[in-house]
Amino acid sequence: MFETVAFYLFAVLVTVSFFIAVTTSQALYALTALASGMILISGFFFILDAEFLGAIQIIVYSGAVLALYAFGMMFFDTTREVKEKKGNRIIIASLSVLSVILVVLIFAAPVVSDNIVANYPVVEGIGNTEQVGIVLFTKYLVPFEVAAVMLLVAMIAGIVLAGKKMDVSLTLKDDSEINNEEKVLS
Amino acid sequence: MEKYLYIALFAPLVSSLFSSLFTAKPKKQFVGVIASLLIATSFVSSVILGFYILGGGEAIHVELMTWINTGGLYIPFGFVVDEISVTMMFVVTLVSMLVHIYSNGYMDHDPSFNRFFAWLSAFVFSMMVLVMSDNFAGLFIGWEGVGLCSWGLIGFWYYKESATWAANEAFIMNRIADLGMLIGLFLLYWNTGSLQYDVVFSKVALLDHSTLIWIGIFLFIGAMGKSAQFPLHTWLADAMEGPTPVSALIHAATMVTAGVYLVIRSNPLYDLVPEVGIFIASLGTFVAFFAASMALVNRDMKRIIAYSTLSQLGYMFAAAGLGAYWVALFHLMAHAFFKALLFLGAGNVMHAMHDELDPFKMGALKEKMKWTWIMMTVASFALAGVFPLAGFFSKDTILEAAFVDHHYVIYGVLLFTAALTAFYSFRLVALIFHGNDRYSQFGIHPHEAYNYMLWAMAPLFFFAIIAGIMQTPFFEMVEEALNAREYHIHSEAVKWIMLIGTQVLVIASIFYAYRKYNRNDITVPDGTSKTENRLCYKVLFNQYYIPYFYEEYLVKPYRELSGLFWKKFDLRVVDATVDGIAKILYNTGEETRGMQSGNLSVMLRWMVVGLVILLIFAGAVGLAVRYSDKILSFLSALGV
Amino acid sequence: MEIGLSHYLILSTILFGIGLYGVMSRKNLLMLFFATEILLNSVNIGFAAISHYLGDLTGQMFAFFVIAIAASEVAVGLGLLVVWFKRHNRIDLDEMMSMRG
Repeated sequence: MFETVAFYLFAVLVTVSFFIAVTTSQALYALTALASGMILISGFFFILDAEFLGAIQIIVYSGAVLALYAFGMMFFDTTREVKEKKGNRIIIASLSVLSVILVVLIFAAPVVSDNIVANYPVVEGIGNTEQVGIVLFTKYLVPFEVAAVMLLVAMIAGIVLAGKKMDVSLTLKDDSEINNEEKVLS
Repeated sequence: MEKYLYIALFAPLVSSLFSSLFTAKPKKQFVGVIASLLIATSFVSSVILGFYILGGGEAIHVELMTWINTGGLYIPFGFVVDEISVTMMFVVTLVSMLVHIYSNGYMDHDPSFNRFFAWLSAFVFSMMVLVMSDNFAGLFIGWEGVGLCSWGLIGFWYYKESATWAANEAFIMNRIADLGMLIGLFLLYWNTGSLQYDVVFSKVALLDHSTLIWIGIFLFIGAMGKSAQFPLHTWLADAMEGPTPVSALIHAATMVTAGVYLVIRSNPLYDLVPEVGIFIASLGTFVAFFAASMALVNRDMKRIIAYSTLSQLGYMFAAAGLGAYWVALFHLMAHAFFKALLFLGAGNVMHAMHDELDPFKMGALKEKMKWTWIMMTVASFALAGVFPLAGFFSKDTILEAAFVDHHYVIYGVLLFTAALTAFYSFRLVALIFHGNDRYSQFGIHPHEAYNYMLWAMAPLFFFAIIAGIMQTPFFEMVEEALNAREYHIHSEAVKWIMLIGTQVLVIASIFYAYRKYNRNDITVPDGTSKTENRLCYKVLFNQYYIPYFYEEYLVKPYRELSGLFWKKFDLRVVDATVDGIAKILYNTGEETRGMQSGNLSVMLRWMVVGLVILLIFAGAVGLAVRYSDKILSFLSALGV
Repeated sequence: MEIGLSHYLILSTILFGIGLYGVMSRKNLLMLFFATEILLNSVNIGFAAISHYLGDLTGQMFAFFVIAIAASEVAVGLGLLVVWFKRHNRIDLDEMMSMRG
């Protein structure tokens, strides 16, 4: 009973937050809605006995990723309303709805669920975090290391791209001037 | 014996392939020599086979390999040497060999010397396939092969407009007739399930009478085209544009007789439909008279001989139509000898006269060209049917056959035509060799042909004289194969009156021709004399206005119709369809160019469209897999 | 009523649809990034749910790697975004037409 109530509550909240995030014209509203949606999603993970994943979700998404967005937004004028041309919303909405319905139909098809066998079954009596640790450092060790390297590369790339000539305002110059400077520097 | 069959068949092919290696090269004498030797090999093999069959040997039947084997249709590359085909092989290879040797001299100065031998040998090969095949499909291959080679040889001097025109005319007329023949073959296959001679002829007796009539008519249409019978006869006279040895080989001795061969070969079929036989005989008789009448006034040496060929083909068809197949075949053989001789003699004259063809511009050549004169005179005697030359035996037997079978109209027309034949033959001889010298005013200095050319003609000369004595052994050989019978007139008196009467008639018209044309006051006609302005002369000279009629009422309307279809149908429907398809593609590209606007938002939207399509596809596949048994049962219920 | 796997999958799909809508409709690059995060998160819910109901840890592993990829994507993407903004003072998608042929 508790689980059902929690599911529906979280489901409604997440959907609403994300909906706000994709429709609002204020960047700050969108960021806030996104952050709340992320934290609410971790609630699902806890319901599903994936405590480790839930913690990671809060730390990485709500902590790191959204903080990164927040810092990134300091470069842009966030108080200004985001001006967007209105595309044909009906086509876009109907396309999304159509794909959702199709995916749901496919999930509902009986062929999918019948043919799945567990590769790494959950062992009773051991905590989720411990299980994840065991699988991650045995079966998924190589992907884990690759992911670590990828994060390192992404970090360096982010620093190099964003930190280049922090002291110069590139916006006040023409493209040609910037290109000339870059040529001189290199 | 089989090896002789293969040698006889494939030596001409080797010769053709060998000669065609050098077609782009200037004249090489050894090409002609080797081609002649290979054809001679083929001739020797045919003679050996001929003596084997003549000596009562079994017919040789070989199957080289399977050609078509699908379902119920089985057609091998099979060849047969029996009494009929061995006669044809003998005639074909003999005349071919002599023409090959003769051509070494005749084509001496031609830049395309090598090409000539390639075509000529290819023709011999096709003709051998035609006569030796043991089924109608192989016969048809050879039939088309000789048509092709005939096209190449009539149009041999392709830089001459008239030659290419004549070549195309011959080819197209033959195609029209071949359509008829193909229908006949289809009918045969449809009704008997085979194209092998022995199978077909063992089954024809069981067929419906009207079906047989149709088959007979359609096959005969094919024969009419190849043998230039009315109304498809105009190509033969125009085919004289080709080199003279070609006329001798193809348009006198061999290819044009293929139609007669077809009728003779199909004798079990035609025996069952005497109505068609009477039609063939009547048409043959008509053509015999019709062609001879055109030859009376023509002023082109080669065309006169061509019309004479046409007339003699008419005789052959008359005989074949009356069921006297062996007489037709015998006349075919005898005719090949003296007509080839006549043509080769004409070639000598042309050579001497620098390709001048009008006999009125010749005269008195007998001093300069003594041997040619002797040979052509004897050939003309043989053609006229004077005792004891070849023509007497073969042609008189046809007359007897017509008389004995009580076809007196046919007999009468053929007898009258015999007189015409004698007249025009000796008109030609008198104009060329006798009378006053008319060529000097054109600055021509005639000379006799090379000796070996005359030697090449010698065997034909020999056979034209003695072919008569071969009648009895020939009859005995083909007696069984062709169901032959002798034609005896019961009353001795009638028999002798007929024989002597015919001879007197023929000799009288020979004398008349000499009296009229062996004079010293003959001039080159210029269209002013009284004879030339007579109506019947004009009609005959213009070949009954038939070529004019074809040109005016068939070719021109057809051309106009084609133009109409080109503008109305081709441009507006066919071209428009093709252009329309191109336009659809072009417009699709133009319209969908907007997709590639470079705008990320638009691209993302298209990506989602793609995703939706893939999902639909995945769902459909999933459903199909899930309900595969039901779908299959539904489809099987529909009968798929 | 017991909550089953299909509830989670349907929720995941609906969130994915919202993400798709965002990706297609927003013209601001930053908003586009937000929508991408939504897409990734919706998939994560699906992974976790399948993992739970099948008693298999593979789903959680995948969700884990998805989070790692999302983090690196944000780092690189934001870096590029900042450079672009410094150059053009705009981050509107319709202005980015350098791919136009």
